[in-house]
Amino acid sequence: MDVLIQLGSGILTALEPLNLGLAILGVVVGLFVGAMPGLGSVNGVAILLPFTFVIQQATGSATSPMIFLAAIYYGAMYGGAISSITLGIPGASTAVATTFDGRPLALKGQADRALVVAAVASFVGGTVSNILFTAFAPPLANVALQFGDPEIFALMLLAFATFVGLGGDDIPKTIFSICFGLVVATVGFDIVSGEPRLIFGSELTWAFGDAATQTANQWFSRGIQFLVLAIGVYGIGEMIWTINSSRGGTSMSEVKVSFARVMASIRSFPEAWKGTTIGSLLGFFVGILPAAGATPGSLMSYGVAKMTSSNPEEYGRGSVDGVAAPEAANNSASTGAMLPMMTLGIPGSPTTAVLLAGMVIWGLQPGPLLFSDQPDFVWPLVGSFYISNVIALLVNLAFIPLFLWVLRMPFTILAPVIFVLSLVGVYAAYQNIYDVWLMVLVGFGAFFLRVLDYPLAPAVLAIVLGPIAEPKLRQSLLFSDGDVSIFFTRPIAGPITVIAIILILLPLVKVVRNQLRGPSPAE
Amino acid sequence: MRKAELVTAVLLGVMSLYFMWKAGEPPAWNPDVGRFANVGFIEGEGPGSGFWPFWLSAVMLICCIWIFVNGIRRTSPPSQSTEPFLDEYGRLQLILVGGGLIGFLIMIYFAGFYGAIFLFMLYYLLVLGRHRWTTSLAISVALPVISFFFFDVAMRIVLPKGYLEPLFLPLYDIFL
Repeated sequence: MDVLIQLGSGILTALEPLNLGLAILGVVVGLFVGAMPGLGSVNGVAILLPFTFVIQQATGSATSPMIFLAAIYYGAMYGGAISSITLGIPGASTAVATTFDGRPLALKGQADRALVVAAVASFVGGTVSNILFTAFAPPLANVALQFGDPEIFALMLLAFATFVGLGGDDIPKTIFSICFGLVVATVGFDIVSGEPRLIFGSELTWAFGDAATQTANQWFSRGIQFLVLAIGVYGIGEMIWTINSSRGGTSMSEVKVSFARVMASIRSFPEAWKGTTIGSLLGFFVGILPAAGATPGSLMSYGVAKMTSSNPEEYGRGSVDGVAAPEAANNSASTGAMLPMMTLGIPGSPTTAVLLAGMVIWGLQPGPLLFSDQPDFVWPLVGSFYISNVIALLVNLAFIPLFLWVLRMPFTILAPVIFVLSLVGVYAAYQNIYDVWLMVLVGFGAFFLRVLDYPLAPAVLAIVLGPIAEPKLRQSLLFSDGDVSIFFTRPIAGPITVIAIILILLPLVKVVRNQLRGPSPAE
Repeated sequence: MRKAELVTAVLLGVMSLYFMWKAGEPPAWNPDVGRFANVGFIEGEGPGSGFWPFWLSAVMLICCIWIFVNGIRRTSPPSQSTEPFLDEYGRLQLILVGGGLIGFLIMIYFAGFYGAIFLFMLYYLLVLGRHRWTTSLAISVALPVISFFFFDVAMRIVLPKGYLEPLFLPLYDIFL
């Protein structure tokens, strides 16, 4: 009952004119970034994070900027379907599975039906996950209050282990990416001993002189800022990669939209109940898993919906369930990913990693204490999930023609605008031109690594979690006098650590076994 | 692609070694402490300041060796690919886009942020996008103007103006 009262109060706060306006703006921006191929929720949230400081300054609270960013996250989940269906190109990785049946439906002349099914399924998925979030988050936060340093470190280890075990990317490259993010996060002063670490530049005195070295020392002493890396990866690197990979034209399916056709599609939505149910439930639980997020959630839901269907042969040819399952799942998973972020301080996806970094920058401490110490922040945010979900459905259905028009905008207009936003945003956040230089260099590096299949999301997650994980490890080892068994013998930390180690070892065993057998004939 | 995979693994391996070496650096104020004294467990203090970055960099190095071996054995997708790392189109795009970004950064010192935004947008829209002059000019003017009102006027974050600073003085009088 207490939860319902707090939720009601949170919804009322979320409905205040400023917050409602920000939610609408966020949803529109999210729908846009989700719909544009090459841009996803993480790009939108990372690039616009520096711009939210003005909202925080104006309101004096972190609630309104967070509502704005969360609405972008939500809107992007809806928006991804628009380009998947009409262009056959996923607007974001979270909408890859939507192309499997959305595009065939569009080619059959039923693009409007596919768009409506995607929007309504997204709404149902979002609503179901919001209810599950409201039910599970407070008790989980209460349990997490009992966690000490070893438990929190074990959870972080689990987050990284799921990237290795479930990420599906090249194992050594994933581990490299995680470790790189963790190491980069240590640049600056050690918060435990106060000693400077990884202050680069002294090696180049012979080339640039003492003054340049001193400048470099001062600059590195501040540490490498999160936004520099996140926007470098998602604002510069991904954009260059998209420009390079999106060569050639795409054809947009013809979409006939009218009020009568939209209403007819809504009335026939119950045909997609099975896919929607599977997506809503499975998406939420996959979303909760650290490092899993909406993309695997939508792919798994599509697979399960197909597997349990009485007409599996329909899938891939334009099944409405095949559109509903991934769309319900990606929305559901996006809320699911918020659960560990807000209750444990561990993000469930790259986008929630950026949101978590934003919370830290705004002066909040994500984790179990958030629910007890910051109810004025938590409940309006949860309330805004419900509100944003309704707004996203209405805006999506009402403005389908507008989004189709926007999708026709050449990428050669959008790309330079994003570059400008990235450069100006990073400068505005830190007011240091060296940060802007580093961001561009990081962008180039991220592009080259992306071409070579290095996963970059683990590095971004690691940069956020590194400053939390390291002190927890060191304090745990100090407490146990250097004995690592502390992570195995405590009742909560023990099982989590064991699961994490299994998740890391299983793919390693598989890789070693395959390598011992030698390359297969196909290789 | 395979050559790029191997060269990148070597470069990242060298970077990992450098990180290990830097992680073991003693603090400047205490020259008596030897290099790498901080990467282990210090009695009464727990793990030293270099413990975390040193051992993580060591894992990075192991991963680089692993990636290199996979490249030699052709067991990773990039090492099996016969496609070039960057084809002619990719190289040209990288030079044009990357060159534009570097040019943007250099222009900030001379024309300030707003002048650089104008020039970068004009370059990108005309040269890379091949849009019409009118469209290109309209967007290139609109973006710095909107940015000025958002940052300098609304957020009170003064972006560098370079040699164009005198042009902004009347605007400061009106809006700030």
